[in-house]
Amino acid sequence: MSMAALRRFLLVAYTGLVFAFIFAPIVSTIVFSFNADRFPSLPWGGFSLQWYEAIFADATIQRGLVNSLVVAGVTCVIATFLGFSAAYVDYRYRFLGKSVYLALAALPPTVPVVILGVALLTFEGRVGLSGTLQGIIVGHVVLATPFAMALVRMRLADLDPDIERAAWNLGASPFATMFGVIVPFCAPAILAALFLTAAVSFDEFMIAWFVSGVNETLPVRVLAMLQGQVSPRINAIGAIVFGVSITLIVLAQVLLGRMSGRAARKKG
Amino acid sequence: MATPMIELDRVAKHYGNQAAVADVSFVIEKGEFIALMGPSGCGKTTTLRMIAGLDEPSSGEIRLWGRRLNEDAPWERDAPLVWQSYALFPFMSVRKNVEFGLKQRRLPAPERRKKADEWMERLGIAGFAERGVDQLSGGQRQRVALARALALEPEMLLLDEPLSALDPHLRVRMQSELVRLHRELGITFICVTHSHSEAFAMADRVVIMNEGRIQQIGAPRDIHRRAANRFVAEFVGGNNIFTGTARVDEDGSIALAGPVGTVHAPAPSDGGIVTGAAATLVVPADRIELAAESTGAGNEVQARVVTVEFVGSTVTVFLETEGGGELRAQRSLHEMENTPLAVGQPVVARWSPQQGFFLPS
Repeated sequence: MSMAALRRFLLVAYTGLVFAFIFAPIVSTIVFSFNADRFPSLPWGGFSLQWYEAIFADATIQRGLVNSLVVAGVTCVIATFLGFSAAYVDYRYRFLGKSVYLALAALPPTVPVVILGVALLTFEGRVGLSGTLQGIIVGHVVLATPFAMALVRMRLADLDPDIERAAWNLGASPFATMFGVIVPFCAPAILAALFLTAAVSFDEFMIAWFVSGVNETLPVRVLAMLQGQVSPRINAIGAIVFGVSITLIVLAQVLLGRMSGRAARKKG
Repeated sequence: MATPMIELDRVAKHYGNQAAVADVSFVIEKGEFIALMGPSGCGKTTTLRMIAGLDEPSSGEIRLWGRRLNEDAPWERDAPLVWQSYALFPFMSVRKNVEFGLKQRRLPAPERRKKADEWMERLGIAGFAERGVDQLSGGQRQRVALARALALEPEMLLLDEPLSALDPHLRVRMQSELVRLHRELGITFICVTHSHSEAFAMADRVVIMNEGRIQQIGAPRDIHRRAANRFVAEFVGGNNIFTGTARVDEDGSIALAGPVGTVHAPAPSDGGIVTGAAATLVVPADRIELAAESTGAGNEVQARVVTVEFVGSTVTVFLETEGGGELRAQRSLHEMENTPLAVGQPVVARWSPQQGFFLPS
């Protein structure tokens, strides 16, 4: 084997190992969620959907799933709206303290979620939101908005700064310009932001755990179950959560890929 | 006097302490092709943007048919602009771009379509009506930008450096096409450009600006023949500018003693030049003839050829006098072919005194 081929082999092997290390737990979760045996051990005890049947029969899990979906659904709409607005302000206006404004807007994901969770619990306790789904939504919006803002900003950076004025110049009011030019142009980024913020919310555990009270979301329910017992049902839930999240992320990625592909062609 | 179409009355635009436009007044008549010309930062684009309503004047008034326009929002004006960057809507087809303005006017779809078809046909872009604008070449985008603005059938069209992003050969073609469009449509064109060849080739009147102020307004020929000041004489190019000491002769004409020797020119109509005063004389380079020998008629300066520059069918000959004065003459290539010049060769530069004029002091 030549040196180059050896190097190539080692690189591929190393990359493969890293991926295996990252994905092994997820793969094992999915694999054992279909295992007929009670305990996750080899040899494999045969294919079975019993754990899925069990979780769909469990009212607490059903409620958790519905809560998670409601929270993610509402969060993604609010977070994307706020993120778009923040990004548009950045595109459209120049003002004193803009860099501070942008830094503040991008800050929440850099705060440790434990601290965010405790802060939200204290605050929401005072305003009477703690223990409600609205309370979780508020927390998730705080966490997810910067992601939406980043995506829309990226898109707006490709927009000729004269475009808006060109629309006014052709007789479009600011309102008509917003919905006839800016929003359609940002549509791929807005869709991607919806998927991504939904994924952020659907996965989020810490804030939900602090704030949720009896209105558990799915990740919170999973932890509660884990504390009581180790059941293969956890694997089934994990597989479902993973499936939903990965779908949302992939959708967001596909949209972003299209966006940047078009930008690259334009420059080329 | 009838109300002019557009009036700028002591218009100024300040950004902080900086005056982008300082006290600009001029009128534009219906159907004129006006070029606003000057070096970058002279305020020409700001002036155009104020007419479009994209910038609001800090003081002064802009009037359209006598009505104050200052507070009208850009979307309430009928002054479509062809942008330097074209500013086409990137996610729309060519047709959607052309229809955009008509849609804002709530024109029903069939009429919109018909008008857009007409204008795309007229500008030669009907072939890619359904294409996205990011698939077009620069020249095609330019046409889309024109069609988009003209589809509104406005009474004026604003153009911001419309040719600067095009290839040189395309630029010349587009230039004559703009002139043709202007003649056919009969509407007012207001065009910003930094290139005097563009401005002089296209416009009926040229407004030359520098540092936020108007330096001269006039027909291209008048500006060329009678620059109002040193800035204009230098900016339009092709001029010899001599400074020296004046002496008023008995016949009222003026002799100027300077680095090229003593040359004669008529006194300016406003008088103002007295014996012993410093004065600046302009002699257009294309009025200077080159000869092998002196004839004793007109102004004659002995000089040697320094460089010969060929641009198209024009030849510019740079000369140096014995006293170290510099001179340039512009001749046609045709003429130069008959009498070739070598570098270092002595020649006589000659022009009639009538061709020179003094700048106001």
